[in-house]
Amino acid sequence: MTRTVDVQDLSYAFGTESLRRSVLVDLNLTLEPGEIVLLTGPSGSGKTTLMALIGALRAVQTGSCVVLGRKLNGASERDRVAIRRQIGFVFQDPHLLGCLTAAQNVAMTLEVDAAGSERDRMRRAVAMLQAVGLADYAGARPDQLSGGQRQRVAIARALVRDPGLVLADEPTAALDRQSGAEITRILCELARQRAASVLIVTHDVRILGIADRVLTMEDGRIRPECPSEKDPPRLPVEGHAT
Amino acid sequence: MSGFAWNAAGLLRKVERRQLLTPSADLVRSPGQIRCGVPQWVRAFRLAWRQLRAEPARLVAAIMGVMFATILVLMQLGFRGALFDTATALPQALQAELFLIHPMTMALFRAEPLPRVRGFQALSVPEVEKAVPIYLAQAFWRNPENGTHRAIQLIGFDAEDGAVKIAGLAPLVPLLKRADTVAFDALGRPEYGNIAGVLARKGTLKVQIGSHEVEVVGPVRLGASFGADGNVVMNETTFRRIIPATRASDASVLALRLKPGADPVRVQAELTRLLPPDVTVLTHAQLVQREHEYWDSATPIGVIFVFCSLLGIVVGMVIVYQILFTDIASHLREYATLKAMGFRNSYLSRVVIGEAVILAGLGFIPGTLGSAVLYRYAASATYLTLDLTGQRCAWVFLMILGMCVSAALLTLRKLRQADPAEVF
Repeated sequence: MTRTVDVQDLSYAFGTESLRRSVLVDLNLTLEPGEIVLLTGPSGSGKTTLMALIGALRAVQTGSCVVLGRKLNGASERDRVAIRRQIGFVFQDPHLLGCLTAAQNVAMTLEVDAAGSERDRMRRAVAMLQAVGLADYAGARPDQLSGGQRQRVAIARALVRDPGLVLADEPTAALDRQSGAEITRILCELARQRAASVLIVTHDVRILGIADRVLTMEDGRIRPECPSEKDPPRLPVEGHAT
Repeated sequence: MSGFAWNAAGLLRKVERRQLLTPSADLVRSPGQIRCGVPQWVRAFRLAWRQLRAEPARLVAAIMGVMFATILVLMQLGFRGALFDTATALPQALQAELFLIHPMTMALFRAEPLPRVRGFQALSVPEVEKAVPIYLAQAFWRNPENGTHRAIQLIGFDAEDGAVKIAGLAPLVPLLKRADTVAFDALGRPEYGNIAGVLARKGTLKVQIGSHEVEVVGPVRLGASFGADGNVVMNETTFRRIIPATRASDASVLALRLKPGADPVRVQAELTRLLPPDVTVLTHAQLVQREHEYWDSATPIGVIFVFCSLLGIVVGMVIVYQILFTDIASHLREYATLKAMGFRNSYLSRVVIGEAVILAGLGFIPGTLGSAVLYRYAASATYLTLDLTGQRCAWVFLMILGMCVSAALLTLRKLRQADPAEVF
């Protein structure tokens, strides 16, 4: 079975010449279909940059990055856009369009490919909102929803196209404990139903238990990390440190 | 998760990506039966409308800006049109195929005298049937009601020759044969007095033009212009009595009537060759155009109107640009998120352009309605004819649309700054 994500010797740096700063250093990472992986680490460790590269939001500089069977190395902007359409994104702030209802925000994702009729897109959007428990809020605007509800809409938006990969960046950072746990549970359950891989960047130790693997990044490299709350025992190393 | 949500999710997984459920049953459509969605432009415009509607205060400000630009441009074009319509009313009223004027006559309200003998010389060309002298000058009209004086345009000609066609003149032709009789332009400014009202009551009226008393025998309709606030029409004899300095050997314009079937262009060339350089031979269209060009370029009036129109466009464009720029800036992260989801810059550009097009329409309509009201007011205040024609509205709409779209194009650079990688 093709891996969802296959990153080999990936390096990335910002700036040039004397201002050049390496953010990722010979990083290796794999994600299997349906796998849920948490990525943690201190600020500045390169988590966001890694997510941006895997999500085809930045161009790969050196190394290899294959996502959903498509090579990102040397990919044109057009190719990267095409790959992004197969990925679901959940950001810390959902950035929902305030002028649209929850259902319309979810249906927007389906407008990218313009597949199906208007009615079908709305029907799928409403069904997805039902799946995240917001059936009664399909007609509500973002300013009428709580933070947790907006994040659920974001999850529905990310999953409505049945993506093969979901990238979530701190999806629970702005939520209370109960909401955060609920959000993560919904995300992972729905992703598992769709056999989608999920890569979550988080500092929230409360959700470590839902993952198949927990990876820790530091100084642009990956180390494994145990999902226990106190004095976590060391887990087998995932990834290769060079 | 509730059982319902699990079942819903499971149901969705069972449906093939390209097969959709009908609303009433579990029937599955084949891919060939999939209907195409709404065209991308329409979807972009729909999102544009929703974006605009979500910020009512900003939408109103933008509409006001476009409305202001529309009104300013329509008013300037209206005055400009009135300028040219009224300025060319007299040459338009002249009924002849060719005209002789002094080369230094740039506008008829300030005509230089030319030798009347040139008309006789023109008759030597076989195609020329008649040469009719027309006399133009300005004198002071004394208001019979309050005694105030105001300059007025005098038009002297033999009305029976038919060289001048003015509305209302025909029934007065026999009366104007008498010396010291005039017809008053009822479309002139009211400062000349309620002449039309007195004529309606009494039939005639004695007035003073210059130092000469004349009898007003009836009204005609020609209209005020930028060169003359009013007009009086009279025969040649009356004209020379009012303006004694006028020599019978001089005329302001010589109207040449050609024989039926004659080619005006060929006769014009013949006369230009034949006559000395102290006279210019023009066709009717050229005479009108000469008047038009005088007001357009020889005076600052035409430039002022164009300048004010452009100013209106620039102001409107700045307002629309500011609104769209603020809209993009305040939704930058949302647009970046859409890019992350796979929307291209082209789609988002369509949304912004869609907003501009919608603003153009929403601002143009009240702007045109407001202009219609202002046209009426301006016409009554200036006694100029301001026409809000369909053609003018169409051109102005295109200008406004271009203005709004140009503003949108300038904001696209900001839109491209929406970096999806920065959303993380």
